[in-house]
Amino acid sequence: MNIVVLVKQVPDSGTERQLDSSDNTVARASADNVINEMDEYAIEEALTVKESQGGEVTVLTVGPDGATDAIRKALSMGADKAVHVSDEAIHGSCAVQTSAVIAAALSQLEYDLVICGAESTDGRVSVMPALLSERLGIPHLSGARKLTVDGSTLKVERQTDGGFWALEAQTPAIVSTWDTINEPRYPSFKGIMAAKKKPVETKSLADLGVDAGTVGLATATSQVLDFAGRPPKGEGVKVTDEGDGAEKLVGFLASQKLV
Amino acid sequence: MVLDYRLDTETEALRTMVREFANEVVRPQIGAFYEADEFPTAIVRQMGELGLFGLPIPEEYGGSGGDYFTLCVALEELARVDSSIAITLEAGVSLGAMPIFRFGTPAQKKEWLPRLCAGEALGAFGLTEAGGGSDAGSTRTTARLEDGQWVVNGSKAFITNSGTDLTELVTVTAVTGTRPDGGKEISAIIVPSGTPGFVVGQRYSKVGWNASDTRELSFTDVRVPAENLVGDRGRGYAQFLSILDEGRIAIAALAVGLAQGCVDESVKYAAEREAFGSPIGRNQAIQFMIADMEVRASTARLAYYRAAERMLRGEPFKREAAIAKLYSSEMAMENARYATQVHGGYGFMNEFPVARFYRDAKILEIGEGTSEVQRMLIARSLGVGA
Ligand SMILES: Cc1cc2nc3c(=O)[nH]c(=O)nc-3n(C[C@H](O)[C@H](O)[C@H](O)COP(=O)(O)OP(=O)(O)OC[C@H]3O[C@@H](n4cnc5c(N)ncnc54)[C@H](O)[C@@H]3O)c2cc1C
Ligand SMILES: Cc1cc2nc3c(=O)[nH]c(=O)nc-3n(C[C@H](O)[C@H](O)[C@H](O)COP(=O)(O)OP(=O)(O)OC[C@H]3O[C@@H](n4cnc5c(N)ncnc54)[C@H](O)[C@@H]3O)c2cc1C
Repeated sequence: MNIVVLVKQVPDSGTERQLDSSDNTVARASADNVINEMDEYAIEEALTVKESQGGEVTVLTVGPDGATDAIRKALSMGADKAVHVSDEAIHGSCAVQTSAVIAAALSQLEYDLVICGAESTDGRVSVMPALLSERLGIPHLSGARKLTVDGSTLKVERQTDGGFWALEAQTPAIVSTWDTINEPRYPSFKGIMAAKKKPVETKSLADLGVDAGTVGLATATSQVLDFAGRPPKGEGVKVTDEGDGAEKLVGFLASQKLV
Repeated sequence: MVLDYRLDTETEALRTMVREFANEVVRPQIGAFYEADEFPTAIVRQMGELGLFGLPIPEEYGGSGGDYFTLCVALEELARVDSSIAITLEAGVSLGAMPIFRFGTPAQKKEWLPRLCAGEALGAFGLTEAGGGSDAGSTRTTARLEDGQWVVNGSKAFITNSGTDLTELVTVTAVTGTRPDGGKEISAIIVPSGTPGFVVGQRYSKVGWNASDTRELSFTDVRVPAENLVGDRGRGYAQFLSILDEGRIAIAALAVGLAQGCVDESVKYAAEREAFGSPIGRNQAIQFMIADMEVRASTARLAYYRAAERMLRGEPFKREAAIAKLYSSEMAMENARYATQVHGGYGFMNEFPVARFYRDAKILEIGEGTSEVQRMLIARSLGVGA
């Protein structure tokens, strides 16, 4: 089974993140960039499927030159090779444009299964897999907490607030994963050393046959007009116990969808 | 001019991996093992799977194919979170596996290294005796050749990794005869765990390193094959000393990790803790303590980088290793004292990492050559007192 994992490099969500005030895009150059957290689960799932079904895992990344760090980490975890789409013209692209680039890159690869994260921690639009499914005309099994592969049949438990849906589709298909699906492995030192020798193919928009005028900030379907910092934390809610403290607490937690 | 201490991409990736492992796997559990005086076997096995126990050993022996510096980097990152785990790795590799890798026969390498490198087995190294550590030449344990077997008698004190569920061997130094100059002929011999007459004592009750395994060993007519001799007969002492030189760089890296962990914890705490209506970090007294801690940690790091660099280039590094070990262990002790001070009363509570750092720092000035021994070596290298 040939698997392509979509891996995005994002600013570390554990640190202070910024938008670039000159064009309101994500400030990537100055950020501490890491693999999008959810994508580590996607990589782990791809490796697990490969271990049981055989085949090859290819990493696909659209991002600036520095995204090679994310690619190298994916390779050191055990992926076999990578395609890195990097082109100045992509800067500032919206989700719709990015999906066109990813779809074009996927069309040049052989795949039975595409696995990606359910959302990125920077854009957080959570639509990439749906957009790709539409563009490539393949089924989309979204928000997986479990994936089972049986020949060309894919079974997914799609996580919901109240439980899960059982989904099934035939390959080729795209699956997006939540962090409940597995526990990503750490790259071993041998894996780190091996990654050095694994092939990484860098492609430009021209290599993909994508017209540079159709992507980038100027023609994005959405544009960030303005932004403001998150307001400081409010006072919070004070629960005074008048014999019904527990009920009030549970009521509050439920209203916040925490229980 | 060559002056470049940047890490290459692979070593940087290793550092990141070990940092994540230390924070995500070690940090949440280690306090409980420490409190219970328990050896964290499962964590150690996982470190084995990541290839940490084989870092400086080539792949043909089951190692990971890195070098001694990569081991140091891993030790630093582990010790930033916990020293018991770090010393388990340090002793397992630099004292357990390295003597066999450096001086073992092809058969010994084949028999022991793959399992040691994989972290499936742990090796220990028994030099110190109750009667003497610094003066290792005073060894009283003996081994005599009889019917193609070494017969070992004696005891060893304070031996790390010697009684864990994973321990499979201890390499011991023993007197095997008299040198032509009348001095003791000391050799190193592998004693597999479980050999009749080899008794592993109870764990010591220690001030620190409580999740690391340290035991007293005794040998009564313990018989092992003559082939278990490691290295050359009569050169055991010299070979041991060279192993200790390397090990000092590793201990220095571990001390730097502890010292950096003190900075990490103090920076965090200084921002969180409030006194007199504002975070304690607003006070210059606290800022200066933390600044000094950072200065010591980064200076000590340069010292061990330099020693490692000389070692990897095949240049003499005995003095540089002693400098790194001496400075980093003493400054780790200082940092632990300051970090505890920054934490006030909470710093004296075992549930806070800095309390562990405080308890774990002292041994760094004693193990693998006391501070006095390091000073002796440094002075001797300068020709003082000759
Ligand atoms: C209003 C707005 C403005 C934006 N402006 C900018 C901007 O100026 N500059 C900028 O760089 N981004 C910008 N973005 C983000 C950009 O739209 C997204 O990064 C990109 O389109 C993908 O969306 P996502 O990562 O949020 O997708 P999601 O659907 O949240 O991601 C799901 C999964 O898709 C995969 N994936 C997503 N993107 C990639 C990728 N590039 N390569 C490989 N796999 C991928 C990953 O597996 C990921 O886990 C903006 C987003 C919004 C909403
Ligand atoms: C937790 C722990 C783990 C250990 N693990 C191991 C292990 O795995 N393998 C192993 O072989 N050993 C191990 N050791 C032993 C350790 O290496 C020794 O304790 C150390 O070398 C000091 O030896 P000693 O305890 O006999 O002290 P001594 O040698 O008795 O020293 C006592 C004091 O006298 C000073 N001193 C001695 N000689 C001189 C001199 N000539 N000039 C000036 N001062 C001097 C010393 O510096 C020290 O301050 C371990 C010890 C501990 C506590």
